[in-house]
Amino acid sequence: MTEPLLKVDDLHVTFAGNPPVHAVRGVSYEVREKEFLGLVGESGSGKSVSSTAIMGLLPSSAKVSGSITFDGRELVGLGDRDFSRLRGQGISMIFQDPLSALTPVYSIGDQITEVLHLHDKALSKQAARARAAELLTLVGIPNVQRNLNAFPHEFSGGMRQRAMIAIAIANNPRLIIADEPTTALDVTIQAQILELLQEAREVTGAAVLLITHDMGVVAGNADRVAVMYAGRIVEQAPVRELFAKPLMPYTIGLLRSMPSLSAPRSERLVPLEGRPPLLTQLPQGCPFAPRCPAAIPQCREAEPPLLEVGGPSRRVACIRAEEIDDGRLPGPAIYPRPETVEPQAAPLDTATGNAIELRDVHKVYPLYSGSIMRRRVGSVRAVDGVSFEVRSGQTLGLVGESGCGKTTTIMEILELSGASEGTIKVADRDTATLSKAERRALREDIQVVFQDPMASLDPRMTIGEIIAEPLTVHDVPEAERRRRVSDVLDLVGLERSYAQRYPHEFSGGQRQRIGIARALVVEPKVVVLDEPVSALDVSVQAGVINLLEDLKARLGLSYLFVAHDLAVVRHIADQVAVMYLGRIVEYGPSEAVFSDPRHPYTVALLSAVPVPDPVVEASRHRVLLDGDLPSPADRITGCSFRTRCPLYKLMPPEKQETCRTQDPQRRPVAGTSVACHHAEHIDLITAGEPVA
Amino acid sequence: MIGFIAKRLVNYVILAVIATGLGYLIASSTLHPISKFLGRNPPVNQDAIDAALDKMGVNPEVPVLVRLKDWAVNLVTHGSLGTSTGGRPVTEEIAARASTSLRLLLIGTLLGALIGVLIGVTGAIRQYRAFDRVSTYGSFVITATPTFVIAVVLMILATNLNKLVGHQVIQFTGEYTAGLQGGFWSHLGDRAIHLLLPTIVLVLTSAATYSRYQRSAMLDVLSADYIRTARSKGRTRGSAMIRHGVRVALIPMSTFFAYSFGLMLTGASVTELVFSWHGMGEYLLSSIHNNDINAATGTILFTAVLVLIAGTLADVLYAALDPRVRV
Amino acid sequence: MAVMGPETVDVAIEDDHLGSGGVVVHHGVIRRTLSAPQAWIGVIVIALVVVWAVVGPWLAKWDATTTDVFSFGVGPSRDHWFGTNDIGQDIYAQTLVGLRKSLVIGFIAGPGATLIAGVVGAVSGYVGGVWDKVIVWFIDLMLVLPAFYILVLLSPVFKKLSWVAMVVALAILSWMVMARVVRGQTMSIKERDFVKAARFMGVPGWTIIRRHILPNVASLLIIDATLGVGAAILTESTLSYFGFGVQAPDVSLGTLLATGSASAVTRPWLFVFPAAILVVTVLATSLVGDALRDAVDPTSGANRD
Repeated sequence: MTEPLLKVDDLHVTFAGNPPVHAVRGVSYEVREKEFLGLVGESGSGKSVSSTAIMGLLPSSAKVSGSITFDGRELVGLGDRDFSRLRGQGISMIFQDPLSALTPVYSIGDQITEVLHLHDKALSKQAARARAAELLTLVGIPNVQRNLNAFPHEFSGGMRQRAMIAIAIANNPRLIIADEPTTALDVTIQAQILELLQEAREVTGAAVLLITHDMGVVAGNADRVAVMYAGRIVEQAPVRELFAKPLMPYTIGLLRSMPSLSAPRSERLVPLEGRPPLLTQLPQGCPFAPRCPAAIPQCREAEPPLLEVGGPSRRVACIRAEEIDDGRLPGPAIYPRPETVEPQAAPLDTATGNAIELRDVHKVYPLYSGSIMRRRVGSVRAVDGVSFEVRSGQTLGLVGESGCGKTTTIMEILELSGASEGTIKVADRDTATLSKAERRALREDIQVVFQDPMASLDPRMTIGEIIAEPLTVHDVPEAERRRRVSDVLDLVGLERSYAQRYPHEFSGGQRQRIGIARALVVEPKVVVLDEPVSALDVSVQAGVINLLEDLKARLGLSYLFVAHDLAVVRHIADQVAVMYLGRIVEYGPSEAVFSDPRHPYTVALLSAVPVPDPVVEASRHRVLLDGDLPSPADRITGCSFRTRCPLYKLMPPEKQETCRTQDPQRRPVAGTSVACHHAEHIDLITAGEPVA
Repeated sequence: MIGFIAKRLVNYVILAVIATGLGYLIASSTLHPISKFLGRNPPVNQDAIDAALDKMGVNPEVPVLVRLKDWAVNLVTHGSLGTSTGGRPVTEEIAARASTSLRLLLIGTLLGALIGVLIGVTGAIRQYRAFDRVSTYGSFVITATPTFVIAVVLMILATNLNKLVGHQVIQFTGEYTAGLQGGFWSHLGDRAIHLLLPTIVLVLTSAATYSRYQRSAMLDVLSADYIRTARSKGRTRGSAMIRHGVRVALIPMSTFFAYSFGLMLTGASVTELVFSWHGMGEYLLSSIHNNDINAATGTILFTAVLVLIAGTLADVLYAALDPRVRV
Repeated sequence: MAVMGPETVDVAIEDDHLGSGGVVVHHGVIRRTLSAPQAWIGVIVIALVVVWAVVGPWLAKWDATTTDVFSFGVGPSRDHWFGTNDIGQDIYAQTLVGLRKSLVIGFIAGPGATLIAGVVGAVSGYVGGVWDKVIVWFIDLMLVLPAFYILVLLSPVFKKLSWVAMVVALAILSWMVMARVVRGQTMSIKERDFVKAARFMGVPGWTIIRRHILPNVASLLIIDATLGVGAAILTESTLSYFGFGVQAPDVSLGTLLATGSASAVTRPWLFVFPAAILVVTVLATSLVGDALRDAVDPTSGANRD
């Protein structure tokens, strides 16, 4: 067996502090030549810290012990000078947020040639520039000559990440470390970038170490997977074996709690209780024991070592792993699926049966250029003729990527003052015709839950005050306010005593529950949810999603659920509307849209969503979109999607003419309503699409 | 980019005009040139008073807005700022004094800004080490000390030094020694010696303020992701901080330059006064003592123009440093 | 996530959600401030100075105006701790009188300017639109002329109306830069989800400013008020030095320095003592203000690499 390219052995990283934080506690793994290892974990697992340690880029206050060998050379304790020669050439790294990772004052071309010059002093300026141009073409950035001189802020997120990949592969590294490279990107762009990463791997022959929290990404890209929890590796296996039969209760719980496009749609999610421990307060024994339904007393005595179980290339850190392996303790037994809650309260009663109704709503923003001196250069059609209904007692999922207008749409609804064009009706009342008093009264019926639990709670107010705030608008007396706050805290599964505490004392999942409590305290019938679980860790999302479903059944709520995570929407929504550039391109029952999508954008969107199942991923036919979202100020004649449409490319010229000249209106096709001229030909691109 | 700067410049000009007008109005309400003629024995003829005041355009019998209009018209058509109480045209006085003030201001503040930037950058890179601690505490003390105190302290030290050495090594009163004999070089040397202390005062004060802001801007930059990216490409820590950090950390300094210019101007005026230079600071002060409205307004105009230039320079600098605004 | 460090790792661990932004936690600000040694020094010194200003006169036996005919222009001695001036007046007593005046001016003008800055900035930032443009333009106008020059121009008014007028003028001329900062901060808070949530709940505008915006800019204002005290004392002393601020018979540290600087070379104690007290006081406020600033924004000055 040849020596591995990278060998991490018993790595420990401690940060100075009071008390010191032991972020990485004895991690060992290997990456072989050309191998793709996926390192998975949630916040605080130590995955990023261990990979930053490999590059030697930890702050000097961090103490590193153990061994990291790269190509036989010991990296721990290596001086900065020597390490610098290795970085960018032997090992290179791709970071998470490409906007902040690129220096704003240097052009893209300069930043690429920099990495070339650093490792080849003799390289001439022309040669470097030529190579930079070559690299840009390789990573799919068009208009090479223009873009070499462009600055990072002129690029979109996807293009910036491509530039980062160009920098990383410039010197043909042996190992590429990618730290959450697609977390900040939209789903379709993520698919493009992951594809590019695989290409980069082919071209350079490099091994890849991918760090991520997304099991789906790992399933589709990695050869082997290592799962980290609380600073240690808890399971390691080849990718198919890990997903087919996970052996560590944490991995099992994680996989069972994720909504997946390939699992049955209405199957209830299995939540993983609790949250990852604070590294400064690790419990005795196995750090996962407090959350583990399969924990036995021995689990709390000592931390289980990583041992070979279930196969020669598998390692698991759990004393019950063998029981799980031979079937004595199967996954479903550890994490039983919770019961579905039956509907109890009656939903909103309206004449039309609609909780919210939009008809041909438009919202146009003037566009200014320049950040200091602004002048109007055009308009952005953020919402460009949107119509949909949220049926009473049901959930409408509004999906789309950034810039599609979904957030603007819900803001227009929530203002309760009508739209500049078109009608918005809430509980059958046209919001444009409301008087101030009527509007205030209507606010009792419709409330909102925001995405970022950190930002949606005022850090200076207590939980009790935050939750009671909607009640103050409706002049509810204090004693009753307190009573209702306690009631609603019960409802969302939080202790009543929490009312005295401040937001920063709670975890993300708890804060989101507080946000939900605040929305429910006035007993609304309609709730608008703006990406309510996107900012939460994967293991926590299921709990919140289940809570939302329970509440909907128990209180007879109607939901307008905005999200970009299709798996979540598929699970929770009854109807789905897919948005692109301010328009709804496909609309229909969730079942129909997901199993038989008819609009090419929906098809591309669905095919881009990573599924946490390597077998499915391997056999998927990816429909990739070309390029990036067009500039929001551009007016595209005809169909606004045609610049990226995979179906357009396959159409004969006379059909393409229709796409170029006529704006498609929504029409019923099969089970859904689609805005595409050629929806009947959709199977040209969906051949072999196994999405459930 | 040119368009953006041009627009800002127009805005500055409008502000300068209005500010000068306001200055005239304030001066006219607080200063009373008539007081010179009152209480005299024998009392001065009212007509003579009116004539004298009208000649300067400061007769309080005429409504103040009318006087302002006349003053403005006079400026635009004749390029004249009126007459000072001493009888000389204001423009002449300013012309004579402007170069004195500007000399001190430019050398002192620019040198101080440069030194301050260097100290700030170095302090941030070697955070909490000896250099940083010394320069931080030093800046604290200097910014807590009024400019005139620094000036006087330096004067005391210089005098003691002169006594120690036995003859006038450092001279500091005025801009030069009156009646000095000798050729070009000895005059130059003489001016240089007189320039020494005032320049030190300005350099100290501006370096102290600039270094603190630059240090803070630099620290913000040092924790940025792109420094880490630069290192991941193969730059050593120091090289990454300097080549990628400093360039970005300089951006906020151009805005700071615009905002702090007013303070720098004040400091320069104070320094001028303490060292008895015949510059604009002295002119302003004497205009108060002499109830000289035209002089006061002239000084305000001069100041406004300087602020305008400084602001525009800051804009140009900002656009040059930060590609994000160059749309 | 920018840099690996104990703080970022902690934040990541405490929140089980991804990419929590740089939200500043305000609790523990007092605790963090007081953990910096310079804050302690600053607070103690200010306290000492204020106490001394009040109590000091009783500690010595001379008052500010009585002349001691046996000691004209005498250096520091057991009888006259800070020496005497040419007409035999005790410098120690005079310094105390001047200090009291300067402190009063500082503690009124500084926070006064902050108050104006807070209100104007918050309203401008929250209301936006035309009002905002007007206010910003007005601020720019006031920034064109250095405050010092305007104060000099206004000095005849101070002669007539007393130093209170000067305090008012000081406050009116020092709020502009902070108002812009408050405005910027208000605009960014306004975009935060918890303000949007309040709007969508139906909370009226003024209540939002009062309940959500002001407490969140409070830390900025406190810092500014603290630093403003020192700045006001500096400006006042410079004005008084040139005869434009506090007028005789009132005494401030500035006026003392004015009379003292003439003989500073031959009789340094006339200048050095008041100057030292002035510097120490302003320095103390700077230290406290700076420590507060570091505590409120934990990313400034933290140990990073």
